[in-house]
Amino acid sequence: MSATAGARRRTALARFWREYRRNRAGVTGGVILVVAVLLAVLTPLITDPAGLDVTRATGAKMAGPSLEFPLGTDESGRSVLLMVLWGSRVSLLIGFMSALLSMVIGTMTGIAAGHFRGWFGAVLMRITDWFLVLPQLVLALVLGAILGGGVSTIILAIGVTSWATTARLIRAQTLAVEARPYIERSKALGAGHWHIMTRHVLPNVAPLVLANTTLSVASAIVAESTLAFLGAGSGEVSWGGLLRGSYDWGAATSGAWWYILAPGLCIVAVVMAFTLCGRALEAVLNPRLRGVPR
Amino acid sequence: MTLLEARDLHVGFASHGRRARAVDGVNLAVGEGEIVALVGESGCGKTTLARTLLGLERPTSGSVLYGGAPLAYSSRALKAYRREVQLVLQDPMGSLNPRHTVYEAVAEGPRIHRLTGERELVAEALSRAGLRPPERFLDSFPHQLSGGQRQRVVIAGALALNPRLLIADEPVASLDASVRGEILALLLRLRADLGLSALVVTHDLGLAWNIADRVAVMYLGRIVETGPVEQVLTAPSHPYTQALLSVLPESPAPVILAGEPPDATRVPGGCRFHPRCQVLAGGAAAEAGVDSACRSQALTVLPASPEAHTACHYAAR
Amino acid sequence: MSLLELRDVAVSYRIPAGEVPAVRGVSLSLAPGEALGLAGESGSGKSTLAMALLRLLPRDAEVTGEILLDGEDVLAMKWGRLRAVRWASASMVFQGAQHALNPVRRIEDQIAEPMLVHGLATPAEAKRRVAELLEQVGLPAWRARGYSHELSGGQRQRVMIAMALACSPRLIIADEPTTALDVMIQAQVLQLMRSLIAEHEVSLIMISHDLSVLASMCDRLAIMYAGRIVESGPAHEVFAGASHPYSRALAAAFPTVGDPASRLAPQGLGGDPPDPLHLPTGCSFHPRCPVAGPDCASAEVELWPANPSGSHTAACVNVRSEVAP
Repeated sequence: MSATAGARRRTALARFWREYRRNRAGVTGGVILVVAVLLAVLTPLITDPAGLDVTRATGAKMAGPSLEFPLGTDESGRSVLLMVLWGSRVSLLIGFMSALLSMVIGTMTGIAAGHFRGWFGAVLMRITDWFLVLPQLVLALVLGAILGGGVSTIILAIGVTSWATTARLIRAQTLAVEARPYIERSKALGAGHWHIMTRHVLPNVAPLVLANTTLSVASAIVAESTLAFLGAGSGEVSWGGLLRGSYDWGAATSGAWWYILAPGLCIVAVVMAFTLCGRALEAVLNPRLRGVPR
Repeated sequence: MTLLEARDLHVGFASHGRRARAVDGVNLAVGEGEIVALVGESGCGKTTLARTLLGLERPTSGSVLYGGAPLAYSSRALKAYRREVQLVLQDPMGSLNPRHTVYEAVAEGPRIHRLTGERELVAEALSRAGLRPPERFLDSFPHQLSGGQRQRVVIAGALALNPRLLIADEPVASLDASVRGEILALLLRLRADLGLSALVVTHDLGLAWNIADRVAVMYLGRIVETGPVEQVLTAPSHPYTQALLSVLPESPAPVILAGEPPDATRVPGGCRFHPRCQVLAGGAAAEAGVDSACRSQALTVLPASPEAHTACHYAAR
Repeated sequence: MSLLELRDVAVSYRIPAGEVPAVRGVSLSLAPGEALGLAGESGSGKSTLAMALLRLLPRDAEVTGEILLDGEDVLAMKWGRLRAVRWASASMVFQGAQHALNPVRRIEDQIAEPMLVHGLATPAEAKRRVAELLEQVGLPAWRARGYSHELSGGQRQRVMIAMALACSPRLIIADEPTTALDVMIQAQVLQLMRSLIAEHEVSLIMISHDLSVLASMCDRLAIMYAGRIVESGPAHEVFAGASHPYSRALAAAFPTVGDPASRLAPQGLGGDPPDPLHLPTGCSFHPRCPVAGPDCASAEVELWPANPSGSHTAACVNVRSEVAP
């Protein structure tokens, strides 16, 4: 059985890839992401972190792009390119991890709220609504302030404040799945809550979760940048942190466009890439957009 | 020997702020090796009754007895009950998870109950349900099968638990005419081979004639006529059964009841069928002097015995 | 002259794996006021054929042959003419009335729409006509102001019939009009259709898999299998004395209550409908046929006369050997 199940999964994957490849926007986004992730992973191997140290900076202050510093330097004479590369590690890490956290909380809450119709589901939904109406950014700022700086704090702050929309979405899908006759059949076969939620509901909402997570990575990166820009960052070099630095040192008024544009364009490119991938995944995986085989 | 029994069963719902008496006093028994057809129009409570018998719905009063003992509603007791009494639904496409293969669909029951020899159970259930050789179907998905094959998979899924009773809700209503007879013949064969009893819920009197030993006709939450199929369907005594039979395509003189079946939130007083009754409207009830009883005197709940019974003032005169 | 005439109509769907033939050469004609029943299992092409009559098929369907409505070829019509023909000359009653009605528009607006679209009535006239139509289909006039979700299944089907009648068409095509309905409601709807057809002298093509219902409604029956008509003739002759083994199986599928032969003996047809991409050779029905002979896998079948007058035909080699001189 496992052999056939494995083969089936492989053909399903192949079919998915065939359809995804046809989506031009999705492929573009995918290529940008692969490049961004590769660069972030390879940065420690191809660059020297010593250049990030203010005391060991070699360049002139706020110098424009040159051969030595292709993206110019910052207020302390550090290479902006080097900082953008190192910053991508933090930004992407925070983006991925907090999206993962928000997805796990959101999916579990959503499925549970959709499956248990009684008071338990109602309570879960009220909690979700509460998180939905709370100003996310303010909450994240407060959380960041209470828990202190650090990458894990930021991940926690963003993850814990952004799961509510996912939960709403997953709950709606869960309700739709639970209305299907095969759930009734499964109950009549003796299935308990756990069996129905893991064997029937989860596989059916999984594509939605995947597409949604990809989209929420994008918003998590933006959230991280915003937090860092507002001064509640992790303290490590990140794209948002760079923007904050450029603002602090008046890069805009002093004509140091490279200092603003480099991290800014990185954020735009990666966020757009994630959005493109998320939309493409949604189109390929969502049976309602594609038409289920009958 | 009675296998499953409903005793003075009532099931109610809140519907738009009113109380719907979906099942309003029903006695019904299914004996070992017996096939009983529960016949009625949509909204008469037949599906609610079937769900309650399966333990998927709890009665407001009265009880469900299996093997003489009242059904317990703890999750452990219900799980044990599920191995004995199984469900077959109307729409086989909807009853199968589109992401599961035939193997997974049939193995679901054995997995839930942690039965050993899953592969053998699945293969045996599939061949009993007429999908032979079983290997040919194991890796198929529901959308790759025909309607009849899908319904066989659903039946195989029930058989894998080796139940003693099937409750089938309109098992052939969404199937093609040509497949219909095959599935019904399968139910008869399972009874002959395994002694499997069945309660078939349907609006189709031809189905009852095809496979059932006994028939119970339900109207607005009550059974209005019950008895052996030959007797009830060839010489019906309740006006409602008479009307249902008269509108079958080949029948010579159709009595078409006007209006929709009334809703369970407003059960009329007296005989619950009296506002639509053709015998009362035609004046025959008045001639027999039972018309005031029809309008004001409630009828007793029919017993669950195998003999023919009718809940009608006119028939009882 | 016949109202509708089909000459060698074929429909195929283009899919990535190739061309799927759904209807393979159907010829038939329908006289004014005549009711024709089209029967067959799902996949037999009966619904595809009905949709093809008004060119309601999706783009990936290719229709060939001739469909003459009042002598005019529907397949050659310009778009504007086709729109005028739809509803005004021929209209359709779909199965599943709950999906065919728009949930956010009033009933009266939906019934009036075709009349207003075709410029057959002023809004005031349309309103009067809607009231008249609702009365004809047995719905209270106040329902006109309501929405489809307030109606029961049988009432929605009545609304569908009222819509079909709105422009006084000469042909109504009804695709499984009573399939989802209860016996009593089905009887009500069939009785209504029967009386309206008689009263308005409309022709009817009714599609169903229930041969007994068709036999009670129609003058003639045509049985389809694998995209072809395999038997056609006067309704009661086909229903009670079918010549093709497939028609016999369909007729036996719904038993007559009280008939001892069918008591505890449900009759079905083994096997599954053929895969249209890999149709069996010879007679397409031979793999499932209970009386197939050795020649059936290779014999070419066509509609041979099954009664002396030739009004009843069947595509079975046994018919040829019995009736042919």
